[in-house]
Amino acid sequence: MFDLGSHGGFIVAAYAFTALIMCGLVGNALRDRAAQRRALKRFGEDRR
Amino acid sequence: MSEIATMTPSLWTWMSNPGHFMRWSGKAVPWLTALSLAALAVGLYQTFFVVPADYQQGETVRIMYIHVPAAWLGVFFYGAMSLSAIGTLVWRHPLADVAQRAAAPIGAAFTLVCLVTGSLWGKPMWGTYWVWDARLTSMLVLFLIYCGLIALWRTIEDPNRAARAVAILTLVGAVNLPIIKFSVNWWSTLHQPASILRMGGSTIDPSMLYPLLLMIGAATLGGSTLHLYTMRTEIMRRRVRTLTIREAERLDSGARRIVPAPAAAPLPQAL
Repeated sequence: MFDLGSHGGFIVAAYAFTALIMCGLVGNALRDRAAQRRALKRFGEDRR
Repeated sequence: MSEIATMTPSLWTWMSNPGHFMRWSGKAVPWLTALSLAALAVGLYQTFFVVPADYQQGETVRIMYIHVPAAWLGVFFYGAMSLSAIGTLVWRHPLADVAQRAAAPIGAAFTLVCLVTGSLWGKPMWGTYWVWDARLTSMLVLFLIYCGLIALWRTIEDPNRAARAVAILTLVGAVNLPIIKFSVNWWSTLHQPASILRMGGSTIDPSMLYPLLLMIGAATLGGSTLHLYTMRTEIMRRRVRTLTIREAERLDSGARRIVPAPAAAPLPQAL
């Protein structure tokens, strides 16, 4: 691994926070889609 | 012949029809997702393995490759929401409110990323995580507006009333966009002035500028793909709502038919 210098902690923290928020955003979108699909299936509709 | 020509809908009208939208976006989302991930992978590779360290900021300049795309997308999604708000108020287009509602959490998330990564970049460079200068404060105001809009949607139960209220508040909040852009010119700020979109061209060296533009492009593509995906989910949610209401009405009318009306009770006698 390359050397990120004396401020490496700030760089890693910035990328880690971004990854966390993006994973949360995508995860929430997937969870919400699955919930709506389940609800539609109960009414006899199936959408992708 | 000319009548037929005038009756043919434009490509935009065709694409924004909810039924057509569900069909074309369903096919486009997987391809756009793959393209976004590929662009992001190349962008991150360049950020960590190709881009040189800055002569003043050293390695911390690598935070710029997530901070700037996040700032751009925070503003971009608010701009898109403002256009959608006009679509809601002027044309009452059903997809306009769907687009606006789907964009708000994505824009809020990117604005939060911009604020936090900026803060983590500011500490080693400025010696502080936060200052109340015009650029930082106006971005914080943007984040609070996003939160306010999301809260307002959840407060008003009727979707049509919520759409109009949110559209008006979105347009009021759009005043903040030029303030964000020009804050670094209008006021003396600790935040650096514009270095990409400025008169006279970019001040960033091409070895850093092109990877930065690639990351901005990748983030825009990824954010837009997620927006399409969440718009589809929002349409499904509204379909569920409609079906639930219909089902409730059907059950209600069935119950009225099945359950015999109670025998007429004697009217209370007036005293």
